[in-house]
Amino acid sequence: MRNVGLILRRELASYFATPLAYIFIFIFLVLANAFTFYLGDFYQRGQADLKPFFAFHPWLYLFLIPALSMRLWAEERKSGTIELLMTLPVKTWEAVLGKYLAAWLFTGLALALTFPIWITVNYLGNPDNGVILASYLGSLLLAGGFLAVGSCMSALTRSQVVAFILGVVACFVLLLAGYPLVIDAFQGWAPQVLVKAIASLSFLTHFQSITRGVLEARDVLYFAMLIAFFLFTTTVALDLRKAE
Amino acid sequence: MIKTDHLCKRYQSVIAVEDITFQVRPGEVLGFLGPNGAGKTTTMRMLAGFVTPTSGRASIFGHDVQSEPLAARQSLGYLPEGAPSYGEMRVHAFLAFIADLRGLEGARKRARLHHVIERLQLASVLDRPIEALSKGFRRRVGLAQAMIHDPPALILDEPTDGLDPNQKHEVRTLINEMAREKIIVISTHILEEVDAVCTRAIIIARGRIVADDTPLQLAARSRYYNAVSLQLETAEQLAEARAAVEALPSVAQVEVSERDARLTALPRAGASILQAISDLSRSRGLKLKELHLESGRLDEVFRTITA
Repeated sequence: MRNVGLILRRELASYFATPLAYIFIFIFLVLANAFTFYLGDFYQRGQADLKPFFAFHPWLYLFLIPALSMRLWAEERKSGTIELLMTLPVKTWEAVLGKYLAAWLFTGLALALTFPIWITVNYLGNPDNGVILASYLGSLLLAGGFLAVGSCMSALTRSQVVAFILGVVACFVLLLAGYPLVIDAFQGWAPQVLVKAIASLSFLTHFQSITRGVLEARDVLYFAMLIAFFLFTTTVALDLRKAE
Repeated sequence: MIKTDHLCKRYQSVIAVEDITFQVRPGEVLGFLGPNGAGKTTTMRMLAGFVTPTSGRASIFGHDVQSEPLAARQSLGYLPEGAPSYGEMRVHAFLAFIADLRGLEGARKRARLHHVIERLQLASVLDRPIEALSKGFRRRVGLAQAMIHDPPALILDEPTDGLDPNQKHEVRTLINEMAREKIIVISTHILEEVDAVCTRAIIIARGRIVADDTPLQLAARSRYYNAVSLQLETAEQLAEARAAVEALPSVAQVEVSERDARLTALPRAGASILQAISDLSRSRGLKLKELHLESGRLDEVFRTITA
């Protein structure tokens, strides 16, 4: 576990050693607020809650998270540092987990910096802060899920652009797994059990059920298992072809 | 001891390394030579555990690289080809990070950091981001990283690439100092380096070992081994000298370079011709600028066996 912490710390520091961190946080905050106020009719609804704010998170993450996760492993491959890291006495899963947690912590920080909107809504009315807290947790879990998918895509290639595109597509499919756009592609030829299984994988349904204010174990478990699965896949992908 | 046993690496249709077997003991500095693409880097990567062999085994002090990777890596310092490092990190933070992952702590960590920084003369760049450093400094940071935990075995892929002659000398001195109790494997395509630091050289070509010997013995395979080279004051006597040397029974062949009035006499197998040529030049009244016995040319041996 010590190695996970060391790698996490180095990764996090490297975000802030380049403009990446600042640009990411800036764009995240600008877009999150712009969506809420312009597309979400924050004021016009006349309700003291953050529904319009959280409703856009999945779509914001769809592009921003792969932009963050694309560099996780593709950059290590490109610059050759993967050879350094993988020949140190570090287990592959420790490196995968350390880098992943750094990215997750970083998105958590970006998310936490949206607190002024929470203050605003409390100033304007009496929102249900329990629902807001649950929604923040849901949003963090959603970001974690996207990051795990992105980490896996990044492990497959040495090109960050490819990692980004694969990440967006994979996240998009998982996001809408329960919706006709994805389901229709399987309907008709795949067995009904499989269609149902795919539908239950939807990020969006699980996220929306959390943002309604009910933090159910099955939703949390869903994200936990999804993250574990993709991190495991990342580890396997790296072990199989770290030198290529 | 580092051991490889019939190491082999195949990429789809390409064979990068085919059947490499050798052992290295403490006190040996093994030079890995070979043309580009011969499989030097792939072999070193298999030793470091970065590339999984298609077949065969490698072990570091009895720890199999594949089945006990952490134990094997613990006793190994490794400088990958091109000395990769995290460019945005500052030198000191980078070395501290590696020291941490190597499990160094407290006073020992400080002492080792101090040692490598001093040994590789990095004190002046400690606060600079690695990507802002010159190639020579980056290579030295890579070397510092490899030896930070004072490992009993070092594998260095082209340790002096990109260094200027002074820095090369420094690194070679460093390797020589560490050589007594450690196992050091270096790859290089600079043949003078083999003479300067290696106690043993393995030449590989097309993924196979084609020679495994001391640098001296390798040079002795050269047709220039025991050849006599003489340089005349002026080129005028060159023709006369050539005729006279060629007439000696123990001389197999004579090579002449008009440009610097030099003549190289190659002996017949096993023959010694220095005395005969020395006598001859005196009796013929040749005006010599220089006369010396060659110990063999490594580059010529290299070209002959890897061609």
